[in-house]
Amino acid sequence: MKAFRRGGVTESPRRSVIAPLRRMLPLTGVSALLLGWSLAAHLAGAHTLPGPGKVARAIVELTERGLLLRFAVASLFRVTWGYLLAVAVAVPLGLCLGLLQRAERTLNPLLQILRPISPLAWIPLAILWFGVGDLSAIFIIFIASALPLTVTTINAVHLVPRVHLDAGRNFGLGPLALVRRVVYPAVLPQLIGGLRLALGIAWLVVVAAEMIAVNSGLGFLIIDARNAGDRYDLVVAGMVLIGLIGLVLDAGMRRLERLPSLRWGFGAARAAR
Amino acid sequence: MNRTARGDGGGGGGEVKLALRGVSMVFQGDAGRVPTLDAIDLEVRRGELVCILGPSGCGKSTLLNIVAGFIAPTSGEVRIDGEPVRGPDPRRIFVFQERGVFPWLTVEGNIGFGLGGLPGAERRARIDRYVELVGLRDFEHTYPHELSGGMKQRLEVARALAVEPDVLYLDEPFGALDSITRLTMRVELLRIWEAERKTILFVTHDIEESVQLADRVVVLSARPARITRIVEIDIPHPRDLSSPRYLELRDGIFEEIGVAHRI
Repeated sequence: MKAFRRGGVTESPRRSVIAPLRRMLPLTGVSALLLGWSLAAHLAGAHTLPGPGKVARAIVELTERGLLLRFAVASLFRVTWGYLLAVAVAVPLGLCLGLLQRAERTLNPLLQILRPISPLAWIPLAILWFGVGDLSAIFIIFIASALPLTVTTINAVHLVPRVHLDAGRNFGLGPLALVRRVVYPAVLPQLIGGLRLALGIAWLVVVAAEMIAVNSGLGFLIIDARNAGDRYDLVVAGMVLIGLIGLVLDAGMRRLERLPSLRWGFGAARAAR
Repeated sequence: MNRTARGDGGGGGGEVKLALRGVSMVFQGDAGRVPTLDAIDLEVRRGELVCILGPSGCGKSTLLNIVAGFIAPTSGEVRIDGEPVRGPDPRRIFVFQERGVFPWLTVEGNIGFGLGGLPGAERRARIDRYVELVGLRDFEHTYPHELSGGMKQRLEVARALAVEPDVLYLDEPFGALDSITRLTMRVELLRIWEAERKTILFVTHDIEESVQLADRVVVLSARPARITRIVEIDIPHPRDLSSPRYLELRDGIFEEIGVAHRI
Protein backbone atom coordinates (compact mmCIF):
# COMPACT_ATOMS: atom_id res chain seq x y z
CA MET A 1 0.00 0.00 0.00
CA LYS A 2 2.97 2.31 -0.17
CA ALA A 3 3.30 2.79 -3.89
CA PHE A 4 0.32 5.08 -4.47
CA ARG A 5 0.57 8.66 -5.67
CA ARG A 6 4.05 8.08 -6.88
CA GLY A 7 3.87 10.86 -9.46
CA GLY A 8 2.87 13.53 -6.98
CA VAL A 9 5.44 12.67 -4.37
CA THR A 10 8.48 12.69 -6.61
CA GLU A 11 7.52 15.64 -8.76
CA SER A 12 6.22 18.31 -6.43
CA PRO A 13 9.50 19.40 -4.81
CA ARG A 14 11.23 19.78 -8.14
CA ARG A 15 8.28 21.60 -9.58
CA SER A 16 8.24 24.16 -6.76
CA VAL A 17 11.82 25.17 -7.48
CA ILE A 18 11.32 25.56 -11.20
CA ALA A 19 7.81 27.00 -11.16
CA PRO A 20 8.60 30.74 -10.94
CA LEU A 21 11.27 30.40 -13.57
CA ARG A 22 8.97 28.45 -15.80
CA ARG A 23 6.28 31.08 -15.54
CA MET A 24 8.80 33.66 -16.79
CA LEU A 25 9.55 31.75 -19.99
CA PRO A 26 6.38 32.59 -21.97
CA LEU A 27 6.74 36.26 -20.98
CA THR A 28 10.29 36.23 -22.23
CA GLY A 29 9.10 34.78 -25.52
CA VAL A 30 6.43 37.45 -25.95
CA SER A 31 8.90 40.21 -25.08
CA ALA A 32 11.37 38.90 -27.63
CA LEU A 33 8.63 38.83 -30.24
CA LEU A 34 7.62 42.44 -29.52
CA LEU A 35 11.24 43.54 -29.60
CA GLY A 36 11.94 41.78 -32.90
CA TRP A 37 8.73 43.17 -34.32
CA SER A 38 9.63 46.78 -33.33
CA LEU A 39 13.06 46.36 -34.78
CA ALA A 40 11.75 44.94 -38.03
CA ALA A 41 9.12 47.69 -38.31
CA HIS A 42 11.78 50.31 -37.70
CA LEU A 43 14.08 48.89 -40.35
CA ALA A 44 11.40 48.21 -42.95
CA GLY A 45 9.47 51.42 -42.44
CA ALA A 46 5.90 51.85 -41.25
CA HIS A 47 4.49 51.36 -44.76
CA THR A 48 5.77 47.80 -45.06
CA LEU A 49 5.19 46.69 -41.46
CA PRO A 50 3.31 48.71 -38.86
CA GLY A 51 5.08 48.50 -35.50
CA PRO A 52 3.57 47.43 -32.15
CA GLY A 53 2.86 50.99 -31.08
CA LYS A 54 0.89 51.76 -34.20
CA VAL A 55 -1.04 48.50 -33.94
CA ALA A 56 -1.83 49.17 -30.28
CA ARG A 57 -3.25 52.57 -31.28
CA ALA A 58 -5.28 50.82 -33.98
CA ILE A 59 -6.73 48.48 -31.38
CA VAL A 60 -7.64 51.45 -29.21
CA GLU A 61 -9.27 53.07 -32.26
CA LEU A 62 -11.28 49.90 -32.91
CA THR A 63 -12.39 49.82 -29.30
CA GLU A 64 -13.47 53.46 -29.39
CA ARG A 65 -15.45 52.98 -32.58
CA GLY A 66 -17.15 49.96 -30.96
CA LEU A 67 -15.92 47.74 -33.76
CA LEU A 68 -13.68 45.52 -31.65
CA LEU A 69 -16.46 44.14 -29.52
CA ARG A 70 -18.91 43.95 -32.44
CA PHE A 71 -16.51 42.10 -34.76
CA ALA A 72 -15.15 39.81 -32.07
CA VAL A 73 -18.68 38.90 -31.00
CA ALA A 74 -19.70 38.36 -34.64
CA SER A 75 -16.79 35.96 -35.20
CA LEU A 76 -17.33 34.15 -31.91
CA PHE A 77 -21.04 33.83 -32.65
CA ARG A 78 -20.34 32.03 -35.93
CA VAL A 79 -17.66 29.84 -34.40
CA THR A 80 -19.91 28.91 -31.49
CA TRP A 81 -22.78 27.79 -33.69
CA GLY A 82 -20.69 26.09 -36.37
CA TYR A 83 -18.62 24.33 -33.73
CA LEU A 84 -21.50 23.24 -31.50
CA LEU A 85 -23.34 21.91 -34.52
CA ALA A 86 -20.22 20.01 -35.52
CA VAL A 87 -19.83 18.54 -32.03
CA ALA A 88 -23.50 17.56 -31.91
CA VAL A 89 -23.20 15.69 -35.20
CA ALA A 90 -19.60 14.43 -35.20
CA VAL A 91 -19.38 12.92 -31.71
CA PRO A 92 -22.47 10.68 -31.91
CA LEU A 93 -21.63 9.84 -35.53
CA GLY A 94 -18.05 8.97 -34.59
CA LEU A 95 -19.21 6.82 -31.66
CA CYS A 96 -21.63 4.92 -33.92
CA LEU A 97 -19.15 4.44 -36.74
CA GLY A 98 -16.44 3.41 -34.30
CA LEU A 99 -18.68 0.72 -32.83
CA LEU A 100 -20.43 -0.49 -35.97
CA GLN A 101 -17.83 -1.92 -38.25
CA ARG A 102 -20.13 -2.26 -41.21
CA ALA A 103 -21.36 1.32 -41.05
CA GLU A 104 -17.77 2.49 -40.84
CA ARG A 105 -16.76 0.46 -43.89
CA THR A 106 -19.63 2.06 -45.77
CA LEU A 107 -18.99 5.65 -44.80
CA ASN A 108 -15.22 5.66 -44.46
CA PRO A 109 -14.45 6.26 -48.17
CA LEU A 110 -16.80 9.24 -48.12
CA LEU A 111 -15.02 10.69 -45.08
CA GLN A 112 -11.63 10.12 -46.63
CA ILE A 113 -12.65 11.88 -49.85
CA LEU A 114 -14.13 14.86 -48.03
CA ARG A 115 -11.23 15.25 -45.63
CA PRO A 116 -8.53 16.51 -48.01
CA ILE A 117 -10.88 19.14 -49.48
CA SER A 118 -9.98 22.43 -47.84
CA PRO A 119 -13.02 23.84 -46.05
CA LEU A 120 -12.39 27.06 -47.95
CA ALA A 121 -13.25 25.27 -51.19
CA TRP A 122 -16.80 25.10 -49.85
CA ILE A 123 -17.14 28.89 -49.74
CA PRO A 124 -18.66 29.33 -53.23
CA LEU A 125 -21.20 26.58 -52.62
CA ALA A 126 -21.93 27.94 -49.16
CA ILE A 127 -22.71 31.35 -50.64
CA LEU A 128 -24.81 29.76 -53.37
CA TRP A 129 -26.85 27.80 -50.83
CA PHE A 130 -27.01 30.18 -47.88
CA GLY A 131 -26.22 33.60 -49.39
CA VAL A 132 -23.77 36.12 -47.96
CA GLY A 133 -24.28 36.01 -44.21
CA ASP A 134 -23.87 34.16 -40.97
CA LEU A 135 -25.31 30.91 -42.25
CA SER A 136 -22.59 30.52 -44.90
CA ALA A 137 -19.84 31.08 -42.37
CA ILE A 138 -21.46 28.72 -39.88
CA PHE A 139 -21.76 26.05 -42.57
CA ILE A 140 -18.09 26.33 -43.48
CA ILE A 141 -17.01 26.14 -39.84
CA PHE A 142 -19.25 23.13 -39.39
CA ILE A 143 -17.68 21.30 -42.33
CA ALA A 144 -14.17 22.25 -41.24
CA SER A 145 -14.48 21.03 -37.66
CA ALA A 146 -16.97 18.13 -38.04
CA LEU A 147 -14.79 16.01 -40.32
CA PRO A 148 -11.63 15.84 -38.18
CA LEU A 149 -13.74 15.46 -35.06
CA THR A 150 -15.59 12.48 -36.55
CA VAL A 151 -12.34 10.81 -37.53
CA THR A 152 -10.79 11.45 -34.10
CA THR A 153 -13.85 9.98 -32.37
CA ILE A 154 -13.84 6.86 -34.56
CA ASN A 155 -10.16 6.27 -33.84
CA ALA A 156 -10.69 6.85 -30.13
CA VAL A 157 -13.46 4.24 -30.06
CA HIS A 158 -11.18 1.74 -31.78
CA LEU A 159 -8.65 2.24 -28.99
CA VAL A 160 -11.09 1.40 -26.18
CA PRO A 161 -9.64 -1.73 -24.57
CA ARG A 162 -11.67 -4.85 -25.24
CA VAL A 163 -11.64 -5.73 -21.56
CA HIS A 164 -13.56 -2.54 -20.75
CA LEU A 165 -16.27 -3.39 -23.25
CA ASP A 166 -16.42 -6.98 -22.01
CA ALA A 167 -16.56 -5.83 -18.40
CA GLY A 168 -19.41 -3.45 -19.24
CA ARG A 169 -21.37 -6.21 -20.98
CA ASN A 170 -20.63 -8.56 -18.08
CA PHE A 171 -22.35 -6.14 -15.71
CA GLY A 172 -25.44 -6.41 -17.85
CA LEU A 173 -25.21 -3.23 -19.93
CA GLY A 174 -27.20 -3.11 -23.16
CA PRO A 175 -25.78 -1.35 -26.25
CA LEU A 176 -26.96 2.15 -25.28
CA ALA A 177 -25.86 1.87 -21.67
CA LEU A 178 -22.54 0.49 -22.86
CA VAL A 179 -21.97 3.58 -24.99
CA ARG A 180 -23.04 5.94 -22.22
CA ARG A 181 -21.22 4.28 -19.32
CA VAL A 182 -18.15 2.72 -20.93
CA VAL A 183 -17.38 3.86 -24.48
CA TYR A 184 -18.07 7.54 -23.95
CA PRO A 185 -16.04 7.98 -20.73
CA ALA A 186 -13.29 5.81 -22.20
CA VAL A 187 -12.88 8.01 -25.28
CA LEU A 188 -13.36 11.30 -23.44
CA PRO A 189 -9.68 12.19 -22.94
CA GLN A 190 -8.96 11.67 -26.62
CA LEU A 191 -12.19 13.34 -27.50
CA ILE A 192 -11.13 16.44 -25.55
CA GLY A 193 -7.97 16.47 -27.64
CA GLY A 194 -10.10 16.26 -30.77
CA LEU A 195 -12.45 18.97 -29.52
CA ARG A 196 -9.51 21.23 -28.84
CA LEU A 197 -8.11 20.62 -32.30
CA ALA A 198 -11.49 21.19 -33.94
CA LEU A 199 -12.02 24.46 -32.08
CA GLY A 200 -8.62 25.60 -33.32
CA ILE A 201 -9.62 24.73 -36.87
CA ALA A 202 -12.98 26.49 -36.46
CA TRP A 203 -11.23 29.64 -35.34
CA LEU A 204 -8.80 29.41 -38.26
CA VAL A 205 -11.59 28.96 -40.75
CA VAL A 206 -13.93 31.69 -39.49
CA VAL A 207 -11.41 34.32 -40.49
CA ALA A 208 -11.16 33.01 -44.03
CA ALA A 209 -14.92 32.61 -44.31
CA GLU A 210 -15.47 36.17 -43.13
CA MET A 211 -13.10 37.52 -45.74
CA ILE A 212 -15.45 36.32 -48.44
CA ALA A 213 -18.85 35.34 -47.20
CA VAL A 214 -19.91 38.06 -44.74
CA ASN A 215 -19.63 41.77 -43.94
CA SER A 216 -18.59 41.65 -40.30
CA GLY A 217 -16.20 39.88 -37.99
CA LEU A 218 -12.44 39.91 -37.54
CA GLY A 219 -11.78 38.33 -40.92
CA PHE A 220 -13.88 41.02 -42.58
CA LEU A 221 -12.00 43.64 -40.59
CA ILE A 222 -8.70 42.46 -42.04
CA ILE A 223 -9.81 42.31 -45.66
CA ASP A 224 -11.83 45.55 -45.36
CA ALA A 225 -8.97 47.48 -43.77
CA ARG A 226 -6.78 46.54 -46.71
CA ASN A 227 -9.35 47.22 -49.43
CA ALA A 228 -10.69 50.46 -47.97
CA GLY A 229 -7.52 52.43 -47.67
CA ASP A 230 -4.45 50.32 -47.00
CA ARG A 231 -4.86 50.53 -43.24
CA TYR A 232 -2.26 47.87 -42.50
CA ASP A 233 -2.18 48.87 -38.85
CA LEU A 234 -5.79 47.68 -38.67
CA VAL A 235 -4.89 44.51 -40.57
CA VAL A 236 -2.23 43.59 -38.04
CA ALA A 237 -4.51 44.65 -35.18
CA GLY A 238 -7.05 42.16 -36.51
CA MET A 239 -4.37 39.47 -36.64
CA VAL A 240 -3.27 40.17 -33.07
CA LEU A 241 -6.86 40.02 -31.83
CA ILE A 242 -7.45 36.70 -33.62
CA GLY A 243 -4.33 35.30 -32.03
CA LEU A 244 -5.27 36.47 -28.55
CA ILE A 245 -8.83 35.16 -28.73
CA GLY A 246 -7.55 31.84 -30.11
CA LEU A 247 -5.18 31.62 -27.17
CA VAL A 248 -8.02 32.16 -24.69
CA LEU A 249 -10.21 29.54 -26.42
CA ASP A 250 -7.41 26.98 -26.34
CA ALA A 251 -6.60 27.72 -22.70
CA GLY A 252 -10.25 27.08 -21.89
CA MET A 253 -10.14 23.69 -23.61
CA ARG A 254 -6.93 22.81 -21.83
CA ARG A 255 -8.57 23.35 -18.49
CA LEU A 256 -10.91 20.49 -19.32
CA GLU A 257 -7.94 18.15 -19.52
CA ARG A 258 -7.34 18.72 -15.83
CA LEU A 259 -10.74 17.44 -14.67
CA PRO A 260 -10.13 14.63 -12.17
CA SER A 261 -12.18 12.09 -14.13
CA LEU A 262 -10.13 12.84 -17.25
CA ARG A 263 -6.65 13.14 -15.82
CA TRP A 264 -5.98 9.42 -16.26
CA GLY A 265 -5.93 9.93 -20.01
CA PHE A 266 -3.33 12.68 -19.92
CA GLY A 267 -0.14 13.25 -17.95
CA ALA A 268 -1.11 11.71 -14.63
CA ALA A 269 -1.58 8.19 -15.94
CA ARG A 270 1.83 8.25 -17.55
CA ALA A 271 3.50 9.73 -14.50
CA ALA A 272 2.03 7.10 -12.18
CA ARG A 273 3.13 4.18 -14.29
CA MET B 1 -1.08 -40.06 -20.92
CA ASN B 2 -4.03 -40.89 -18.81
CA ARG B 3 -6.85 -39.05 -20.43
CA THR B 4 -9.69 -38.37 -18.08
CA ALA B 5 -12.84 -37.80 -20.01
CA ARG B 6 -15.05 -36.68 -17.19
CA GLY B 7 -14.17 -34.04 -14.68
CA ASP B 8 -16.13 -35.26 -11.70
CA GLY B 9 -13.11 -36.89 -10.20
CA GLY B 10 -13.52 -35.23 -6.83
CA GLY B 11 -14.54 -36.69 -3.52
CA GLY B 12 -17.41 -35.07 -1.64
CA GLY B 13 -20.74 -34.56 -3.37
CA GLY B 14 -22.23 -31.11 -3.82
CA GLU B 15 -24.51 -30.07 -6.65
CA VAL B 16 -23.10 -29.31 -10.07
CA LYS B 17 -22.97 -25.58 -10.70
CA LEU B 18 -21.29 -25.48 -14.03
CA ALA B 19 -20.96 -28.14 -16.71
CA LEU B 20 -19.01 -28.17 -19.95
CA ARG B 21 -19.92 -30.77 -22.54
CA GLY B 22 -17.64 -31.39 -25.49
CA VAL B 23 -16.58 -27.76 -25.75
CA SER B 24 -14.38 -27.31 -28.82
CA MET B 25 -13.06 -24.18 -30.43
CA VAL B 26 -11.50 -23.68 -33.84
CA PHE B 27 -10.34 -20.21 -34.79
CA GLN B 28 -10.25 -19.14 -38.40
CA GLY B 29 -6.93 -17.35 -38.73
CA ASP B 30 -5.02 -15.99 -41.72
CA ALA B 31 -2.96 -19.16 -41.74
CA GLY B 32 -6.04 -21.37 -41.81
CA ARG B 33 -7.90 -23.25 -39.11
CA VAL B 34 -6.41 -23.10 -35.62
CA PRO B 35 -7.92 -25.80 -33.41
CA THR B 36 -7.68 -24.39 -29.89
CA LEU B 37 -9.89 -26.46 -27.61
CA ASP B 38 -10.59 -30.14 -28.14
CA ALA B 39 -13.74 -31.58 -26.59
CA ILE B 40 -13.47 -30.25 -23.06
CA ASP B 41 -15.75 -31.95 -20.51
CA LEU B 42 -15.80 -30.61 -16.99
CA GLU B 43 -18.12 -30.29 -14.04
CA VAL B 44 -17.65 -27.75 -11.27
CA ARG B 45 -19.60 -27.99 -8.03
CA ARG B 46 -21.20 -25.08 -6.24
CA GLY B 47 -18.71 -23.27 -4.04
CA GLU B 48 -15.74 -25.07 -5.52
CA LEU B 49 -12.46 -23.36 -6.44
CA VAL B 50 -11.13 -24.96 -9.60
CA CYS B 51 -7.86 -23.98 -11.24
CA ILE B 52 -7.42 -24.46 -14.95
CA LEU B 53 -3.72 -24.96 -15.51
CA GLY B 54 -1.91 -25.09 -18.80
CA PRO B 55 1.10 -23.80 -20.69
CA SER B 56 0.99 -20.28 -22.13
CA GLY B 57 -1.06 -20.02 -25.29
CA CYS B 58 -2.78 -23.36 -24.79
CA GLY B 59 -6.25 -21.87 -24.99
CA LYS B 60 -7.16 -21.74 -21.32
CA SER B 61 -8.17 -18.10 -21.56
CA THR B 62 -10.30 -18.97 -24.57
CA LEU B 63 -11.96 -21.63 -22.47
CA LEU B 64 -12.73 -19.15 -19.72
CA ASN B 65 -14.07 -16.63 -22.25
CA ILE B 66 -16.40 -19.31 -23.60
CA VAL B 67 -17.62 -20.27 -20.15
CA ALA B 68 -18.23 -16.57 -19.41
CA GLY B 69 -20.24 -16.20 -22.61
CA PHE B 70 -17.97 -13.68 -24.35
CA ILE B 71 -17.35 -16.06 -27.24
CA ALA B 72 -19.42 -18.96 -28.54
CA PRO B 73 -17.69 -22.33 -28.89
CA THR B 74 -17.44 -23.99 -32.29
CA SER B 75 -19.22 -26.98 -30.81
CA GLY B 76 -20.33 -28.23 -27.44
CA GLU B 77 -22.09 -26.29 -24.75
CA VAL B 78 -21.73 -24.77 -21.31
CA ARG B 79 -24.57 -25.08 -18.81
CA ILE B 80 -24.82 -23.22 -15.56
CA ASP B 81 -27.52 -24.36 -13.13
CA GLY B 82 -28.77 -26.45 -16.03
CA GLU B 83 -29.28 -23.46 -18.33
CA PRO B 84 -27.13 -23.06 -21.46
CA VAL B 85 -24.86 -19.99 -21.44
CA ARG B 86 -25.79 -17.56 -24.23
CA GLY B 87 -23.80 -14.49 -23.25
CA PRO B 88 -22.22 -12.62 -20.37
CA ASP B 89 -24.38 -12.35 -17.28
CA PRO B 90 -24.07 -10.22 -14.12
CA ARG B 91 -24.59 -13.34 -12.00
CA ARG B 92 -21.17 -14.50 -13.17
CA ILE B 93 -18.40 -11.93 -13.24
CA PHE B 94 -15.15 -12.13 -15.13
CA VAL B 95 -12.12 -10.59 -13.46
CA PHE B 96 -9.51 -9.53 -15.97
CA GLN B 97 -6.00 -8.84 -14.86
CA GLU B 98 -6.08 -5.44 -13.18
CA ARG B 99 -6.59 -3.89 -16.65
CA GLY B 100 -10.32 -4.32 -16.24
CA VAL B 101 -10.87 -1.46 -13.77
CA PHE B 102 -12.34 1.68 -15.31
CA PRO B 103 -9.72 4.44 -15.09
CA TRP B 104 -12.32 7.21 -15.30
CA LEU B 105 -14.06 6.10 -12.11
CA THR B 106 -12.82 6.33 -8.53
CA VAL B 107 -12.48 3.25 -6.33
CA GLU B 108 -16.02 3.90 -5.15
CA GLY B 109 -17.32 4.43 -8.67
CA ASN B 110 -15.74 1.19 -9.86
CA ILE B 111 -17.13 -0.89 -7.01
CA GLY B 112 -20.56 0.66 -7.52
CA PHE B 113 -20.47 0.18 -11.29
CA GLY B 114 -22.79 -2.83 -11.36
CA LEU B 115 -25.07 -1.55 -8.61
CA GLY B 116 -27.10 0.94 -10.64
CA GLY B 117 -30.35 -0.86 -9.89
CA LEU B 118 -30.06 -0.60 -6.11
CA PRO B 119 -31.58 2.18 -3.99
CA GLY B 120 -29.03 4.75 -2.80
CA ALA B 121 -28.62 3.62 0.80
CA GLU B 122 -28.25 -0.02 -0.08
CA ARG B 123 -25.76 0.81 -2.82
CA ARG B 124 -23.78 2.87 -0.34
CA ALA B 125 -23.74 0.02 2.17
CA ARG B 126 -22.70 -2.51 -0.46
CA ILE B 127 -19.82 -0.31 -1.67
CA ASP B 128 -18.75 0.20 1.93
CA ARG B 129 -18.72 -3.49 2.66
CA TYR B 130 -16.54 -4.39 -0.29
CA VAL B 131 -14.19 -1.45 0.15
CA GLU B 132 -13.61 -2.89 3.60
CA LEU B 133 -13.35 -6.50 2.44
CA VAL B 134 -10.53 -5.82 -0.02
CA GLY B 135 -8.75 -3.34 2.24
CA LEU B 136 -9.24 -0.15 0.23
CA ARG B 137 -10.61 1.93 3.09
CA ASP B 138 -9.54 5.60 2.75
CA PHE B 139 -9.02 5.15 -0.98
CA GLU B 140 -12.70 5.47 -1.91
CA HIS B 141 -12.15 8.70 -3.84
CA THR B 142 -8.86 7.70 -5.43
CA TYR B 143 -8.57 7.06 -9.15
CA PRO B 144 -6.99 3.78 -10.31
CA HIS B 145 -3.92 5.43 -11.81
CA GLU B 146 -2.95 6.46 -8.30
CA LEU B 147 -3.17 2.87 -7.01
CA SER B 148 -0.53 0.15 -7.07
CA GLY B 149 -1.00 -2.96 -9.20
CA GLY B 150 -2.10 -5.08 -6.25
CA MET B 151 -4.62 -2.48 -5.13
CA LYS B 152 -6.06 -2.27 -8.65
CA GLN B 153 -6.39 -6.02 -8.69
CA ARG B 154 -8.25 -6.03 -5.39
CA LEU B 155 -10.43 -3.21 -6.67
CA GLU B 156 -11.45 -5.33 -9.63
CA VAL B 157 -12.23 -8.27 -7.38
CA ALA B 158 -14.31 -5.94 -5.17
CA ARG B 159 -16.21 -4.62 -8.19
CA ALA B 160 -16.99 -8.20 -9.18
CA LEU B 161 -18.04 -9.30 -5.68
CA ALA B 162 -20.21 -6.20 -5.13
CA VAL B 163 -22.90 -7.43 -7.54
CA GLU B 164 -23.00 -10.64 -5.48
CA PRO B 165 -22.44 -13.07 -8.33
CA ASP B 166 -22.62 -16.87 -7.88
CA VAL B 167 -19.52 -17.44 -9.95
CA LEU B 168 -16.22 -15.65 -10.42
CA TYR B 169 -13.99 -16.18 -13.43
CA LEU B 170 -10.40 -15.18 -12.80
CA ASP B 171 -8.07 -15.03 -15.80
CA GLU B 172 -4.49 -15.10 -14.53
CA PRO B 173 -5.52 -12.35 -12.16
CA PHE B 174 -2.17 -12.05 -10.41
CA GLY B 175 0.02 -12.58 -13.46
CA ALA B 176 1.12 -8.95 -13.70
CA LEU B 177 2.04 -8.58 -10.03
CA ASP B 178 5.43 -9.03 -8.39
CA SER B 179 5.96 -12.34 -6.61
CA ILE B 180 5.49 -11.00 -3.07
CA THR B 181 2.26 -9.18 -3.89
CA ARG B 182 1.14 -12.30 -5.73
CA LEU B 183 1.47 -14.40 -2.58
CA THR B 184 -0.41 -11.84 -0.51
CA MET B 185 -3.15 -11.73 -3.12
CA ARG B 186 -3.57 -15.51 -2.97
CA VAL B 187 -4.05 -15.34 0.78
CA GLU B 188 -6.56 -12.52 0.26
CA LEU B 189 -8.43 -14.47 -2.38
CA LEU B 190 -8.73 -17.50 -0.12
CA ARG B 191 -9.92 -15.30 2.72
CA ILE B 192 -12.57 -13.72 0.50
CA TRP B 193 -13.54 -17.10 -0.95
CA GLU B 194 -13.97 -18.53 2.53
CA ALA B 195 -16.10 -15.54 3.52
CA GLU B 196 -18.29 -15.52 0.40
CA ARG B 197 -18.19 -19.12 -0.84
CA LYS B 198 -18.47 -18.29 -4.53
CA THR B 199 -17.82 -20.84 -7.20
CA ILE B 200 -14.47 -19.83 -8.66
CA LEU B 201 -12.86 -20.77 -11.94
CA PHE B 202 -9.26 -19.65 -11.89
CA VAL B 203 -7.04 -19.78 -14.98
CA THR B 204 -3.30 -19.83 -14.40
CA HIS B 205 -0.05 -21.09 -15.87
CA ASP B 206 1.56 -21.18 -12.44
CA ILE B 207 1.68 -24.70 -11.01
CA GLU B 208 2.45 -23.60 -7.45
CA GLU B 209 -0.38 -21.13 -7.54
CA SER B 210 -2.87 -23.77 -8.64
CA VAL B 211 -1.84 -26.23 -5.91
CA GLN B 212 -1.95 -23.51 -3.27
CA LEU B 213 -5.44 -22.36 -4.16
CA ALA B 214 -7.55 -25.03 -5.78
CA ASP B 215 -9.86 -27.76 -4.63
CA ARG B 216 -9.10 -29.36 -7.95
CA VAL B 217 -6.55 -28.57 -10.64
CA VAL B 218 -7.58 -29.20 -14.23
CA VAL B 219 -4.43 -29.78 -16.25
CA LEU B 220 -4.64 -28.87 -19.93
CA SER B 221 -2.32 -30.01 -22.72
CA ALA B 222 -0.66 -27.73 -25.25
CA ARG B 223 -2.85 -26.57 -28.14
CA PRO B 224 -5.33 -27.86 -29.07
CA ALA B 225 -6.06 -28.09 -25.36
CA ARG B 226 -7.45 -31.30 -23.91
CA ILE B 227 -7.86 -32.16 -20.25
CA THR B 228 -4.94 -34.44 -19.47
CA ARG B 229 -5.69 -34.88 -15.80
CA ILE B 230 -7.73 -33.55 -12.94
CA VAL B 231 -5.88 -33.44 -9.64
CA GLU B 232 -7.76 -33.32 -6.36
CA ILE B 233 -5.88 -31.15 -3.85
CA ASP B 234 -6.95 -32.80 -0.61
CA ILE B 235 -5.11 -30.47 1.77
CA PRO B 236 -7.19 -28.23 4.02
CA HIS B 237 -6.52 -24.49 4.14
CA PRO B 238 -4.29 -22.93 5.35
CA ARG B 239 -1.91 -25.10 3.38
CA ASP B 240 1.61 -25.82 4.53
CA LEU B 241 3.75 -25.25 1.45
CA SER B 242 6.49 -27.53 2.72
CA SER B 243 4.29 -30.46 3.72
CA PRO B 244 5.07 -33.76 1.97
CA ARG B 245 1.55 -33.97 0.54
CA TYR B 246 1.78 -30.49 -1.00
CA LEU B 247 5.13 -31.30 -2.57
CA GLU B 248 3.86 -34.64 -3.80
CA LEU B 249 0.84 -33.09 -5.52
CA ARG B 250 2.88 -30.26 -6.95
CA ASP B 251 5.55 -32.58 -8.31
CA GLY B 252 2.90 -34.84 -9.77
CA ILE B 253 1.61 -31.92 -11.82
CA PHE B 254 5.13 -30.89 -12.82
CA GLU B 255 5.58 -34.38 -14.21
CA GLU B 256 2.18 -34.39 -15.85
CA ILE B 257 3.03 -31.21 -17.72
CA GLY B 258 6.37 -32.70 -18.60
CA VAL B 259 8.72 -30.13 -17.16
CA ALA B 260 11.60 -30.86 -14.86
CA HIS B 261 11.54 -28.76 -11.70
CA ARG B 262 15.25 -28.73 -11.24
CA ILE B 263 17.20 -25.67 -12.33
